[in-house]
This record gives sequence, structure tokens and C-alpha cells, in this order.
Amino acid sequence: MAIVDATTYEAPGRSGSPVKLKERYENFIGGEWIAPTTGEYRANLTPTTGEPFCEVSYSGAQDIELALDAAHAAKEEWGQRSPAERAGVLNDVADAIEANLEMLAVAESYENGKPVRETLAADVPLAADHFRYFAAAVRAEEGRISEIDDQTYAYHFQEPLGVVGQIIPFNFPLLMAAWKIAPALAAGNCTVLKPASPTPWSILKLAEVIGDIVPPGVLNIVNGPGAEIGKALASNKRIAKVSFTGETVTGRLIMSYAAQNLIPSTTELGGKSPNIFFEDVMAADDDFLDKAIEGLVLYAFNKGEVCTCPSRALIHESIYDEFMERCLGRIAAIKQGDPLDRETMMGPQVSAAQLEKIESYVKIGREEGAEVLIGGNRPDVGDHLSGGYYFEPTVLKGHNKMRVFQEEIFGPVLAVTTFRDEQEALEIANDTLYGLGAGVWTRDGSRAFRMGRAIKAGRVWTNCYHQYPAHAAFGGYKSSGVGRENHRMMLEHYSQTKCLLVSYDPKPMGFF
Amino acid sequence: MRPAARDRRPAVGATPAALEVIERLRAGHGPLAFFQSGGCCDGTAPLCFKDGELPAGPHDLQLGEIGGSPFYIDAEQYERWGHPRFLIDVSPGAAEGFSLEGLEGVHFVSRTP
Repeated sequence: MAIVDATTYEAPGRSGSPVKLKERYENFIGGEWIAPTTGEYRANLTPTTGEPFCEVSYSGAQDIELALDAAHAAKEEWGQRSPAERAGVLNDVADAIEANLEMLAVAESYENGKPVRETLAADVPLAADHFRYFAAAVRAEEGRISEIDDQTYAYHFQEPLGVVGQIIPFNFPLLMAAWKIAPALAAGNCTVLKPASPTPWSILKLAEVIGDIVPPGVLNIVNGPGAEIGKALASNKRIAKVSFTGETVTGRLIMSYAAQNLIPSTTELGGKSPNIFFEDVMAADDDFLDKAIEGLVLYAFNKGEVCTCPSRALIHESIYDEFMERCLGRIAAIKQGDPLDRETMMGPQVSAAQLEKIESYVKIGREEGAEVLIGGNRPDVGDHLSGGYYFEPTVLKGHNKMRVFQEEIFGPVLAVTTFRDEQEALEIANDTLYGLGAGVWTRDGSRAFRMGRAIKAGRVWTNCYHQYPAHAAFGGYKSSGVGRENHRMMLEHYSQTKCLLVSYDPKPMGFF
Repeated sequence: MRPAARDRRPAVGATPAALEVIERLRAGHGPLAFFQSGGCCDGTAPLCFKDGELPAGPHDLQLGEIGGSPFYIDAEQYERWGHPRFLIDVSPGAAEGFSLEGLEGVHFVSRTP
């Protein structure tokens, strides 16, 4: 039973909640709600209590084929719409998301466990903005003309790929969907989307909101087991590109399917991002220091379930004690509990499996000799939430060769160590399998630039962290994946380049 | 590739509960292969595929077999993890990714004994 007070949203389906709830949700195919051909559904749990709250389709490979049928039926018409018309649809989608901000934010929070103050301020507004950004970007696109000689010209056009397959992760179900859907649709493609198994539902609430705006077949959503429908989609001969966010082995599998079908793929596979604090952050007790402290504590954002979680803090040895003391004070003030409470700063992990993994890593860290500076346990969040998947924000002090510094825990666990000088900071930062994100904090602009260029990661936040504007490219170096998301460059990634090579010379070449 | 012998204990093993699931999956899907994953989301999970679904690459290390199925890990990942031994177990709740045991409503877990 939920305990609801003035700062807490009613859970979906309860009276007074902004979210209406059906008992059961089907697939969204061809603009309609279609029951899975399997006839099967699975209970969908909320991590707040571990209890089921609705049923969602448990589809089979045949349902992927139905979605692909719908997408292929829609692709010609959608691909031929003018950029202004496609942009109009995307802008309408953004308006609808914004008009349903509270509803979507509560749905997202309830299903994933992320605090509603994050979904209200970040996930859902950013999702809307991604659609607006790509609506604007596609209208500003233009091809290039190469002058080969004064009689011969190469005209370059971007043409849609056709139908794409997109597989999204559980950590930002709505925002990751927006990251993938917006550029694909803007570029004139139709998509078949497979949500993550732990979070199949909030995206269906989005489909309820935008289902009448997007033409039938342009956006299709099929839920079910990855081993069956993920494979059926990613290995399908009828997709022209596959995009995946998840772990490394499935990333390899996706790329091998793409290789077998000779299609492009985009993979984003996580990281172990260093967040580096130079001694000059403590040069004054001012807003900048306050921002840097928050920058370290951002490892707890979205309960650490972020591919770019700044999960390795590297702190200059001369400021370590004082800086860490300030940070630990801030971490101790993190309010955990019901994510639907607007005052909650950290909700539960997404699933029992994730919670179990996080606990096992803290145990591994302890056994490796890491010192637990704070946290390390399941918190007491009250009887009504006792079935939920909560874990304390945790800090482990150790060194970079420890496994807890090398593997992505995907939870609110920070591994912290010290460095002597810039060179050592850089060596530690780059001593990792991954290269997705990094943070650099210093008042010295030259050093910030040097470090930013030398760190082998796709995104180096400099004196900031966890900002995800649509106009900034995102993606990994090394084992963090191949390709990029965000930024208008995505329009190219979701297009084919057509070169029209035209001769205006009336004379033959003279070979034959 | 096979790892250099560091000690006499096998580098990978499986609990009786996991072996039971492996046996069931083999009966239903044919020969299997395991790959230790890393990275985002369900990153630390061991993934179970039909053998050949993901061809083992030149940089995959075969740590051993569980239930008669090869168990691979990326060599650099194994190095960076400090050559742990793995005990593959099974827990309730469907695997979140492409791993076959998800169809049975369970997920394999890599434990470090």
C-alpha cells in the first residue's frame, strides 16, 4: 500500500494519479494496438515495491514480421514527405510529450525507479527537445555539390535507409527511445523498436500520446524476450540498419548480425568513466567548488544506471581529504525512497538482478581490499517499500587495478582513488577497456583542454557532467561501442548518400 | 586461446541449479556457448547462445566448459578483471538481454567464489 503525502504522486492507476493504467498492453504496430500472435503476456513489475502493476505483450518472431510489414508499407510515403512535413510531425510529437510531461514523468519513474524530480526536469523535457532538434536539423539539411570539372558535377543527396531496427536499454526508456526515434524519423525512415525487457511500458504510454500524430507504420513497438524478438529484429533481412544500446557481448552479436546482412550498425556499450578533480578546484570555497562537489556526487544520478556514470573519481592527492569529506557530506544527504516523491533523490535499482549484481560488486570490492567510505548496504526505506530494489549510494576507495575500477557496475557505486600529477591522472583515466565519457574539473583552461584532448573517450565533460544536449555528439571510443548518437550528424547515420554524377559535356569520352 | 594454468582449480564452474538449466536449454536448442559480458546494463552477466550464434573471436579466451558448453571471455577483459574464477549460477527473473535462459524466466549470474 502506498503512503502518499503532499509531495508524492499517486501511483499509476490509482485515483488522483496523472497516469491511467490498463490491465494489459499490446504491441503498437501500424498505428494500432495489436495483440501478440503468441497470445502471451508477462507481468510488468515496479522496482519501487517489486510488485506487478500491469501485463505487457510477450511477443514472438512473428510479431516482429508484422511490425516490419507495417513499416515497409509506410516507408515510401514517409520517405517522400518533404522535410518540412516530417519536421511538422516531429514538432507535434514534442508538443504532445510536453503537454503530457507529468503523466510521462510519473510513468517513467514508476516503471524504472528513477526519481520523478529527474524525469520531470531531465528525461521527459530532453525527450521532447530531441524531437524539436531533429525537426529543426532536417529542415536545415542540404546536400553538397562537387565540381569535378566545368562540365561535370557530383550532386550528393541524403536518402532514407528505409526501415531500421532499434533496441533500447532500460535506464532511460523514454529518452533513449527519443534519441533513436527522432533522427531515424527525421531522416525519413520507419522504425521497429524493441524496448528493454525490464521497462516495456512507459514507451507504450508515449505511444498512446503520439500514436495519432505519427503516420501508421512509421513507428512500431514490439515487446517480448530478447532471445526471441531481439534476435528476430536485429538479424532480420528486412532492416537496413540496427541500433543497439546494452552490454558488450550482445553488442558484438548485433554487429555480427549486421555483418552477415551487410548493413550498418550503431552500438553503445557502456563505460567506466573517469571524473578527474585537480587541486585547483579547492582554490576557493565558491560556486565552482560547489559545482565540482556536485559533479562527483552525480555518480548517484539515476541511481548510477547510466552508461556514462562517472564511476571512477580521480582526485589530486593534495586535496583528497578535504574534498572527499565535503563530497561524503553531500552523499550522506541523498534522500532515498519512493521515486514518486518529488523530494526523493535516489530511487530503487531497476530490477532484482541489477541489485544483486551491485551487491556482488561491493563484496568483490571489499575482498579486493577497497575501503567502504559510505554506503555498501540496502537501506531501510520503510515497510511499504521493503520489496523494492534499493541500494545505498556507495563509495569505495582503492586503486585502478581493482575489478571495481575496471568493470561497469551500473549502480550507485563510486570507485575513488588519488593521483600525483597530470600525467598520472591521464594514465589512470585511460587505463580502462572503455571510453564513453569522462569529466575534468579544473580552473586552469589550458590544462582542461590538454586533458580533454588526451583522454580516450567520446565525450569529455569539462567543468560539468551528465549534460545531454541534442546538439552534442555522444558515443564511445574503444570497447564502448561504434558510432554516435545525438547531433545532426545522426541524419547522415540514418541515411544513404546518393551521388548523382552528371556530365554537361555533349562530347563522348573517346575510348570507344 | 586457453588461459595459462594458474592454479589447479577450474577457471569456470557451474552450480547444480545452473547445470540443470543448461541441460534443459541444450535439450531445447542444441549445443550452447557462453560468453562473459561486460559494460552497460546487464553487463556482468554470462550470456548463453546457441553454439555458433556468436562465433568466438581470435581474442576470446575459453576458460573451460560448463555443462559441456564452452565458456568464453574477452582476453583483455579477463586480464583487467584480475583473472577471477567464475561460478555460474542461476537466479529467478528473466535475463534482460538476448541470453537464451531468459525464455525460461531465469537469468544466469557470474559469481566469484
